[in-house]
Amino acid sequence: MPSFAAGDDPGPSFVDLVRRVYPQPDLGGMTGELDLPHGTTVLAVRYTDGVVIAGDRRATSGNMISHRTIKKVFSSDRHSGVAIAGAAGPAVEMVRLYQLQLEHYEKVEGVELSLEGKANQLSQMLRNNLPMAMQGMVVIPIFAGYDRRRGYGRLFQFDITGGRYEEANYATSGSGSIFAGTVLKLGFAEGLDRDRAIGLALLALFEAADDDSATGAPDLVRGIYPTIATITSGGFEWVDDTELASRFDTMAGQLNPATAAPMITDGDTPASGGATT
Amino acid sequence: MSMPFYVAPEQVMKDRADYARKGIARGRSLVGMIGADGILIVAENSSNTLHKVSEIYDRIAFAGVGKYNEFDQLRIAGIRAADLKGFAYSREDVDARSLANNYAQMLGQVFTHEMKPMEVEILVAEIGDERHEDQLFHILYDGSVMDEHHFTVLGGESDSIAATVKADWSIEIDTPSALKLAVRALAGEDRVLGADDLEVAILDRGVDHRRKFRRILGEELESLLG
Repeated sequence: MPSFAAGDDPGPSFVDLVRRVYPQPDLGGMTGELDLPHGTTVLAVRYTDGVVIAGDRRATSGNMISHRTIKKVFSSDRHSGVAIAGAAGPAVEMVRLYQLQLEHYEKVEGVELSLEGKANQLSQMLRNNLPMAMQGMVVIPIFAGYDRRRGYGRLFQFDITGGRYEEANYATSGSGSIFAGTVLKLGFAEGLDRDRAIGLALLALFEAADDDSATGAPDLVRGIYPTIATITSGGFEWVDDTELASRFDTMAGQLNPATAAPMITDGDTPASGGATT
Repeated sequence: MSMPFYVAPEQVMKDRADYARKGIARGRSLVGMIGADGILIVAENSSNTLHKVSEIYDRIAFAGVGKYNEFDQLRIAGIRAADLKGFAYSREDVDARSLANNYAQMLGQVFTHEMKPMEVEILVAEIGDERHEDQLFHILYDGSVMDEHHFTVLGGESDSIAATVKADWSIEIDTPSALKLAVRALAGEDRVLGADDLEVAILDRGVDHRRKFRRILGEELESLLG
């Protein structure tokens, strides 16, 4: 069993504990080009009950598709989730460590961290990853959760230095984020319900996949759909594939140019909220 | 030159054991019980912030009696060992048996080598998918481990408490009856224990989540106590 002297105790931090028990290799002197799998578009949207967090399923290595069913959205604990874009290996490892960090804190201290405390922890882990990021292993997550003390959903975006930015309405990360962000920007409205928030998130992922080759579109042949979850006062809950399949079915009809209702008609102003399903 | 007095090793061990037992007997007792719904742990504890019962890992709970700072130190060491093992290997590889052995080593080491033994008794409980896979490890201040199959009592007056539990315990016992039985046993003949005097937690087989540990608090506890 690990035991430490009083002044040397890692306290409730699992990251510090791991570093003490398993020293990490020094990456300082390493150089070279690595062709690693990369994850791409992830996003989160705030709605009335909390937040929706979603990501596509594709990982790419250069111009190759390396995985079709990778998971980029994770529950970090009962009331928060993290979605990752960037080098898949370090990103998944970071999430694993992050999940343990939150759970370890909760068990040792007997209380959960505040949502802001959780966001700050992720920020610190990103800062520690900076040497790896400088060598191309960039990880940029988004963090979303339900703030139980305040009673609403909150979103955080990050940069590779660990910079933490709280967003009011939506957050995106990854190579397709510019396209997904535009859809979210146009479609977001105050007071979205669950149904419209999920519809908006799926449409944003669809549009990102449409224009970014590294983002995967829903694969109706194999039945591979984006991963999407809601986080509310009731906790983290996945949206199941049956619901996603029927939503994409509906969306396909709405997006088909032959059958779709036009968003902008002659002499009309752009339809407000036209991006929602 | 003066010679130190010779003290027989038997006497040294006996003195240490007496010291530890006296310390443990000063505190209140605790019952851990296997039942139909899971493993119920009931402690007499008037504080609702300084816990005697807590979560170690997905399926593993910890409980201690005796000196708070000593068993709390053991609790944190257990969480660390379990989380590190789960991180290095897999969540499935974390089990109560190896944790109990670790605790036994630690307590045994302190008992024989340190100035003063730890004044604690601890319980490591693990819930299985099926009732017959449930495990209770009762570890004493000197590092002796007892593998219990039905229930176990930690603390000073364990014999009389165990006798009461034994009379009415069965493998089919459900949570409300198990709780009432444990409370009756802890209270003894001339006391009544209410929700404020108790700390109750369960490793709940019915919980859908991987973390099976759940505290029974407030209204739920009061309604279960009837």
